Amino acid sequence: MTLAALEITSSYYLVLAAMVFTIGAVGVLTRRNVLVMFMCVELMLNAVNLSFVAFARALDDVTGQVIVFFVLVVAAAEVAVGLAIIVAIFRRRRHATADDLRALRG
Amino acid sequence: MIPVLFFLAAAATLAGALGVVLARNPVHAALFLVQTLIAVAVLFLLQDAELVAAVQVIVYASAIVVLFLFVIMLLGVDRAESMEDRVPYQRPAAIALGIILLVELLVLAGHEWATGQPTASGVPLEGGGFGGNVERVARVLFTDFLWAFEITSVLLVIAVVGAVVLARRSGQKGAPIDAAEVADAADATDGDDAGAAEEARV
Repeated sequence: MTLAALEITSSYYLVLAAMVFTIGAVGVLTRRNVLVMFMCVELMLNAVNLSFVAFARALDDVTGQVIVFFVLVVAAAEVAVGLAIIVAIFRRRRHATADDLRALRG
Repeated sequence: MIPVLFFLAAAATLAGALGVVLARNPVHAALFLVQTLIAVAVLFLLQDAELVAAVQVIVYASAIVVLFLFVIMLLGVDRAESMEDRVPYQRPAAIALGIILLVELLVLAGHEWATGQPTASGVPLEGGGFGGNVERVARVLFTDFLWAFEITSVLLVIAVVGAVVLARRSGQKGAPIDAAEVADAADATDGDDAGAAEEARV
């Protein structure tokens, strides 16, 4: 079977979303830089968005795409607050390494 | 044509995701993130989700990544991070857990025993499509999800207020930002560092 004749089903998208989600999760666990950990969280959110859209297409129900909008809004709010926290930490500590931030007080 | 596009976009997505995790420099990680986000937007287009694809490029790949880059440039965190593990064997354990997570997700994607309902996997996606994607999304968004949509505006206001409060320099109640303050912030880079780091260790 040639590539062009292959039928892309929703399973392809779900498998791809699972792989991206896993890469993001491993990134959060292994990286020490808080900013890169944040980007890995964005990767995980995007994997979930991808599977939402795949399910919306597979079930012919546009609600899945509406949920993606709300995920986008929450991601934007999270990035705004999270980056503000990183800036505030950086002002006091001069580094953004997750292991060094063990105390809640500044 | 569509399978070729799918595999190209999927390869770009995975390569970008690996780049985010493996890149030493945070700026490179942010650029790899852009690659992943745009490839995911292509995948959205392949599934007839035109509006979501456009929003993905405009909001995610532009605004959010610019915010990331702005903070990276502002803070100057482009030095290498230390590779030593505080917790022994943290990295191998994380990779092993990641493999377990992947297997778990793949099993869940193909089976039905998680909820008792068959999953929507294996459904062919070509042909048909959401006619008039924007209208359909808007109709659902402004009828069924109207309350959630309005609540979202409150969430965004709270996030903006929170970000402003957090990012303001402590000890300066409402003073406007001036050039002296910026220079002061740049000077403080050297002096406090060693002391604060020592304090954190104790």
